[in-house]
Amino acid sequence: MTTTTTAPARAAASAVSTAPGLGLVRLGLLHAKYLLLETVRVPMAVIGPIVFPALSFAFFILPQRGLVENPTGAAQAVIQLMVFAVMVNALFSYGLNISQARETPWEPYLRTLPAPAGARILGQMLSVGLIGILALVPLFLMGAFFTAAHADAAGIALGFVALVLSSLPFVFAGIAIGYALPFKAAIAVIQIVMFGLAFAGGLFLPPMMFPDWLDAVSRFLPSREARELVIWAVQGGEVPLLELAGAAVWTVALLVLALVLYRRDEGRRYR
Amino acid sequence: MSALAELRGVTRTYGEVTALAGIDLDIHDGQVLGLLGPNGAGKTTTLSLVSGLIRPTSGSVRLFGRDPRDAAARQHLGTTPQQTALPETLRVREVIDFVGGHFAERVPTGELAEEFGLADLLKRQTGALSGGQKRRLSVALAFVGRPRLVLLDEPTTGLDIDGRHVLWEAIRRQREAGASIVVTSHYLEEIEQLAERVAVIAGGRVVADDDLATVIGSVGTRWASLQSPEAARIAALPQVAGSRIDGDRVELSLRDADAFVRDLVATGAPFTELQLRSATLEEAFLSIVRGEAA
Repeated sequence: MTTTTTAPARAAASAVSTAPGLGLVRLGLLHAKYLLLETVRVPMAVIGPIVFPALSFAFFILPQRGLVENPTGAAQAVIQLMVFAVMVNALFSYGLNISQARETPWEPYLRTLPAPAGARILGQMLSVGLIGILALVPLFLMGAFFTAAHADAAGIALGFVALVLSSLPFVFAGIAIGYALPFKAAIAVIQIVMFGLAFAGGLFLPPMMFPDWLDAVSRFLPSREARELVIWAVQGGEVPLLELAGAAVWTVALLVLALVLYRRDEGRRYR
Repeated sequence: MSALAELRGVTRTYGEVTALAGIDLDIHDGQVLGLLGPNGAGKTTTLSLVSGLIRPTSGSVRLFGRDPRDAAARQHLGTTPQQTALPETLRVREVIDFVGGHFAERVPTGELAEEFGLADLLKRQTGALSGGQKRRLSVALAFVGRPRLVLLDEPTTGLDIDGRHVLWEAIRRQREAGASIVVTSHYLEEIEQLAERVAVIAGGRVVADDDLATVIGSVGTRWASLQSPEAARIAALPQVAGSRIDGDRVELSLRDADAFVRDLVATGAPFTELQLRSATLEEAFLSIVRGEAA
């Protein structure tokens, strides 16, 4: 009996060195597991993406009966908080992980282990992605059960694609903050950026409640642009060209900033 | 003896700074190699090259016959994180399982913890460990994958004497179990305790590379100390290569210790507390490094 149970275990163990593809997935999952463990033990990194959006929904959206009972308006409200959740997750996960990794030589140590570089990156994508999904689920359920929000299946599918794409500026902003600042400063800056972008971008209160001047400023923020693009993906209507252009500019600008800060950091590390 | 790792004509520069200027070094199976050198001499750069963290600017580095930047080449390599590097929120057991999960053949967590005196700490978060406990965990991680080659960069820095001895014992047992080890240290006593072979790196070059005894012997002298009211007369004896007189007390470096003792007795000068000893690795090291600088 023991021989039959240990043989597959042996085979699985030897797969580490003989099947690089399988090994990569296995190691990616291993890294994801311990990255998640590390993340859940920094309370802000979990409260930020998962609790804030759900709480905001409960405080800002649910009390507004007029909004909740309007299928289009309620769907928009769910979407804006989903954008908020994705934004917070990207800012926190990348910003905190990177600034922390820069302060300790743990990452370079991990690179001496027998794992290809892809395993770490895969692990990071899996852990950030899982927290992102966990953040979206309560919003989706609250929207479905407590509001009249309506969207068809194709709209929801397109919406998720738009959500992933429009999160890119926040991923790059998180990376930039991670490389620019030490851990403690990064926590503070991320919170300021997060709340600023959320309020001014219409992710808490819908922009239709904004005074005109704020509405005008808001259209130049990546958070507002992401909101409008995802709403367009789900509900259709006129192509929001201004927002599309703005989001593209933010994405490229923040990518360049992230790359510049990354290169500066490498130079410093190998002084 | 086959080489586990080889560096051939390796140069590594960081911008304008040359860390290594064409070194050749073989790391053989079944040895503890002590890597010595003044700060900034290139020891850490050498270890980083062997563990695949950095690429040589020119020359070649092989680990188990492969490029160390290839992950599979590192399957039988063990390294240590610096103690400040451990992820503070993870527990000791989790850190060991995480690192161990990278190796096809690994030591069970309980067994490794027992070996390095961590058995009672497995549930502790690493942020709550003392400096000595963190060191033990860091060194233990190098051995979790049953490595054939282990690189230990300053394994006991910051430990008290007790902690150092505990760790030396653990490293010796691992050595007996078949691991080959490269160790760098600021404590030359540590190298004397652990190493069988010593390579000295200075100014980016390997300036000495031999058995521990040969390197120490390369200073070529023995040392004597004694007390005598006629210290100056004793210091003038023919076998004395150098001397330091402090009142009645005199320290001498000798060309031939046996001939010196015969001469000393023949002078009839009164003396007490005669001690003879070999040069230490520290003296050998200083003389090698100074010889290079001159």
